[in-house]
Amino acid sequence: MTTTLSLDRRAFLKTGAAAGTGLLIGFHLPAFGASAEEQEKKTPNPLNAWVHITPENRVSLILGKSEMGQGIMTALPMILAEELSLDWSKVTIEQAPTNPAIYDHGTGGSGSIAGSWLPLRRAGAAAREMLISAAAARWNVNRDTCVAQDGGVLHGARKNFLTYGELAEDAAKLPIPDFKTVLLKNSDEFTIVGHDKRRYEGSAKATGKAKFGIDSRMPGMQHAVIARCPVFGGKVKSFDAAKAKAILGVQDVIAIDAVGEGAFTAGGVAVLADNSWAAMQGRKALEITWDEGPHASESTEWLRQQFLENAGKPGKVVRNDGDADAAIAGAAKKVEATYEFPFAAHATMEPMNCTVHIRPDGAEAWVPTQAPQWAQDIIVGISGLPRDKVIVNTTLMGGGFGRRYMGDFVMEAAQIAKITGKPVQVLWTREDDMQHDFYRPASYHKMSGAIDAQGGLAAWKHFQTSTSIDAMWSKDGESHAENSEFATALFIPYATPNYHVEYTLAKSGVPRAWWRSVEHSSSGFIVECFVDELATAAGADPYEFRMKLMGDDRKIPDFTNPKEGKPLDTARLKAVLKLAAEKGDWGKPLPKGVGRGIAAYFSFESYTACVAEVSITKGDVKVHRLSYAVDCGRPINPDGIRAQVESAAIYGLSASLHDAITIKKGRVEQGNFNTYQMPKIADTPKTEVHVVMSKEEPTGIGEPGLPVVTASVCNAIYSLTKKRIRRLPIRKEDLA
Amino acid sequence: MAVTFTLNGKTQTVEVDPQMPLLWVLRDTLNLTGTKFGCGMALCGACTVHINGEATRSCITPISAVAGKKITTIEGLSADGSHPVQQAWMEIDVPQCGYCQSGQIMSAVALLSKKPKPTDADIDDFMSGNICRCGTYQRIRKAIHRAADLQVNKSKSA
Repeated sequence: MTTTLSLDRRAFLKTGAAAGTGLLIGFHLPAFGASAEEQEKKTPNPLNAWVHITPENRVSLILGKSEMGQGIMTALPMILAEELSLDWSKVTIEQAPTNPAIYDHGTGGSGSIAGSWLPLRRAGAAAREMLISAAAARWNVNRDTCVAQDGGVLHGARKNFLTYGELAEDAAKLPIPDFKTVLLKNSDEFTIVGHDKRRYEGSAKATGKAKFGIDSRMPGMQHAVIARCPVFGGKVKSFDAAKAKAILGVQDVIAIDAVGEGAFTAGGVAVLADNSWAAMQGRKALEITWDEGPHASESTEWLRQQFLENAGKPGKVVRNDGDADAAIAGAAKKVEATYEFPFAAHATMEPMNCTVHIRPDGAEAWVPTQAPQWAQDIIVGISGLPRDKVIVNTTLMGGGFGRRYMGDFVMEAAQIAKITGKPVQVLWTREDDMQHDFYRPASYHKMSGAIDAQGGLAAWKHFQTSTSIDAMWSKDGESHAENSEFATALFIPYATPNYHVEYTLAKSGVPRAWWRSVEHSSSGFIVECFVDELATAAGADPYEFRMKLMGDDRKIPDFTNPKEGKPLDTARLKAVLKLAAEKGDWGKPLPKGVGRGIAAYFSFESYTACVAEVSITKGDVKVHRLSYAVDCGRPINPDGIRAQVESAAIYGLSASLHDAITIKKGRVEQGNFNTYQMPKIADTPKTEVHVVMSKEEPTGIGEPGLPVVTASVCNAIYSLTKKRIRRLPIRKEDLA
Repeated sequence: MAVTFTLNGKTQTVEVDPQMPLLWVLRDTLNLTGTKFGCGMALCGACTVHINGEATRSCITPISAVAGKKITTIEGLSADGSHPVQQAWMEIDVPQCGYCQSGQIMSAVALLSKKPKPTDADIDDFMSGNICRCGTYQRIRKAIHRAADLQVNKSKSA
């Protein structure tokens, strides 16, 4: 098992997080993001693992990933249904049981489509070939004369037609075709993949029937809320539960320990009651003395001071091509700027929760999680039960955005359930969720660049100091810090002979994790705003400048992960930039008081560009229109892609216009939606998403829509006001 | 304290702490989980239900305040998802994570009962208390207009 944390986020999700956790709290390592071939080896029979067909011809497709709103419950089964030639309107979709020996459950890094495309096509094709073989045997005909069609197998005329239901029992007994050579459908014949499909669980979500984790109910279930130390790293010194126990409905009060690296729980005092309200009232009545621990004096101002001090000293050199300092010193036109990012909270609409019952002979849990295999590890670890006795049901999630990859809320529920032996639902309130999140790191960036005599990019220099995600997962809390903080900022598409990047870790007790688009949320903003600054210095149009600097078509290797990561194909990036510019009326006249900005970016192996139109009234930024072009390879469900980009735009706008988590006396100052504000319906721009109908391998789209929105909006603000926005969220005083 | 009210057309009596908000009576006492907990302070709208036809945040409404009143939750809007607002929601494929959508739909129904043909400004105003973290707002707006059309057609054919 490796202890080296990997270099990009997907690789991190594959090995890094699991390895770190496995080492530190003794989890059994699951098959975390195993390769396609490893997956196939573990798939014993596609008619068992991926497709269930009853004799009555009910066909259920199995979903091995978690649905958090990103539409994977629809998109992945579409791939299976395509290879199986099923009637989409008749399929049923079931959540896979948690079994990491068969399924690659982890859902993150915008990687589900890219990672499942080939394995699911092969599984679907193998199942189809087995069904065809069963039909040919039944009819005693050559199988080459049989075809799969509309959920059955046809031989010659329609009279020889058997439904899959009539064939499934025979088919399941046949040898499983070699996945590497199984015949895949010709993509020209696709009737499901590439066609708009409505969300499978959409009707359940429009009728209140959809069951989220928080809706789990068991006979005799206790409802628990936990008092956690408001200061990160603090713990319970002593407590008095007498008043809490006097509250009507309160049944028990128990202390749970903090669990360190891997789970990162705060520990605290749990109040168990027969309903959620009573548990909350009981918590209010607790009298607790906290040991506030080593971070009790941390503040946002203190962190910023650390940033400034770090920025005054050299950092660790992460990339160095040519001599950027000399090029900048000798250039006629140069630009220097600093950019700042605050911590940001995920704020999923469904607060964290987990329902667990640990009995002496087995356990069962209902978990809204992006990492069910990990939830299972935690319950196995706490209960001491064998894995096959721990059933983890993955529920729908009321948002994930990276927050629900963490296992802290599962750990807490498992700890309580182990003590009580009764079913328990641990519920977080909104304040718990806001104040005990794992935040998007805060960071500070010093940028320098220069323009040569031909208007090209003479040099690009980027210094960053941040509270790193990867450092939190490392044994010493410091190592590998830069790995999670740059991504595409280490291989920008803009050609320059002098490219220099440095990094310094800033220390903080504030927990960090993956926030929708992770480091791309800051890198995309910085790269695309700073290149806009350089365009201005060069006296060039921002669109033409980007096109010129991208230059000829070329493939730029992923700097941090050249072997596994897909290269940045400038042809595809230029194509989305051009498409967004056309659809967004780039260069065309605008009404008075409206500004237009542009940005293009590569993230999660997908390409996005956006043109934004904004106005400012009394210091309030109004975004009127966003014109997106996206290329995420072959679109599986084009309307699902549009929905994800519309969503990422609003999530990104929340960070531009509102989101900031600030720290005082070691604790989060914000608590609910009055102090951490969300965009509302009136803030919603007209958003058009133009999806490139590519035939490249499909890639992710849950996150890539985000990085360009803030950059295009801030570039539009510049075009309107000649003011550069270099810190988020956008402040009135920065517009004046 | 026993409180009696009408819930989705049926008389219901519960014996709970009179201060307990309606939200938790619905979710924990009656196991009607379609109404969601989001903030507990009437800031997000996920818990929206109708009390005597008015869109109301159930998370701050003590159960004692609903005695004798008529309550409709998402479960009571239609037996089969056939309400025009639900139909429009499915047609436009509004939900993403879906967690806020019970509240969004209950607010939209209340809006349409007051303004059968709302403008974008009417929608932005009335729906301003409902947060959607997935940012489905553009489709919510479109679906409310669509529901308005469906309601007109329904009343014509009725």
